[in-house]
Amino acid sequence: MIIAGREFSSRLIIGTGKYRSYDEMRSAHEASGAEMVTVAVRRVPLDRSTESFLDHLSPTLQILPNTAGCYTADDAVRTARLAREALQTDLVKLEVIGDQTTLFPDNEQTLAAARILVKEGFVVLPYFNDDLIMAKKLLDAGCAAIMPLAAPIGSGLGVQNPATLRIMREQLPDATMIVDAGVGTASDAAIAMELGADGVLMNTAIAEAADPAKMATAMKLAIEAGRLAYLAGRMPKRLYASASSPLAGVIK
Amino acid sequence: MRVYVNGESREIQGNPSLAELITELDLPAARIAVEVNREVVRRGEWGSRMLQDEDKIEIVHFVGGGFGGSSPQRGTKVKLYP
Repeated sequence: MIIAGREFSSRLIIGTGKYRSYDEMRSAHEASGAEMVTVAVRRVPLDRSTESFLDHLSPTLQILPNTAGCYTADDAVRTARLAREALQTDLVKLEVIGDQTTLFPDNEQTLAAARILVKEGFVVLPYFNDDLIMAKKLLDAGCAAIMPLAAPIGSGLGVQNPATLRIMREQLPDATMIVDAGVGTASDAAIAMELGADGVLMNTAIAEAADPAKMATAMKLAIEAGRLAYLAGRMPKRLYASASSPLAGVIK
Repeated sequence: MRVYVNGESREIQGNPSLAELITELDLPAARIAVEVNREVVRRGEWGSRMLQDEDKIEIVHFVGGGFGGSSPQRGTKVKLYP
């Protein structure tokens, strides 16, 4: 998977939230084989001393700061600038939420933020509603990848609009497409990959599994399997049976 | 003078720099970032940036999260800027 000229051998990017313990998170990260993890930016608590969350991450991981929790382009841009200053990375997972109940992205604000951040030299990876026209606009704005959702954040519903993802893949063959949010279990990740995604970004599906490390392994294998199936080219679907043994020579 | 740090009002004595404020707050200087009045102040400029009355300072760090404000404490929703 290539993001802004940088090659990643793992097609899985994972989150760092909702784990029951740091140990559990570290085991899951290790089992997943992911090379990149995403972290959120928040105010430092002033009433107590806090250790750096980043110390709990393997130093070999590429950290992808995100703008999770932002509801306007302005907040997202400020958050991205702060993240860049603290981490010295141009990478940002851009997320501008439009609604608290669904956590659906605000595509208009996302595009506005993307335009500003690209101009400032950021490598922008935008999370957005699965929409081909929006994908084209984000790429025209200079985003390094497109990250359409599979289903609402943390819902675990799996790919809700497979046809839309397939169309996006066919119409934008050169774009790096990472399915971001909504995956619930390994088969969901495999389906996203079979539809032609270059990668999958997930958090809750692993963190909320009864055994996160085991689910992380399952996700790793599913993503590899789905990618291979996509490259292999699946057989066409037929409504009726089609025998795979010769018709001639059956004993009478 | 009065400044606002992460939304909290603070009365401070004298004419400190941003670096002095961060030291006084006993924050780990590594892997945090600071903005004053909505503009990032780079680490190298903390010492020369003198605080002004009514400055609004945001000091951030990194927390676990993937999407939509998910945080290490389950079910906690954090709004970045109220």
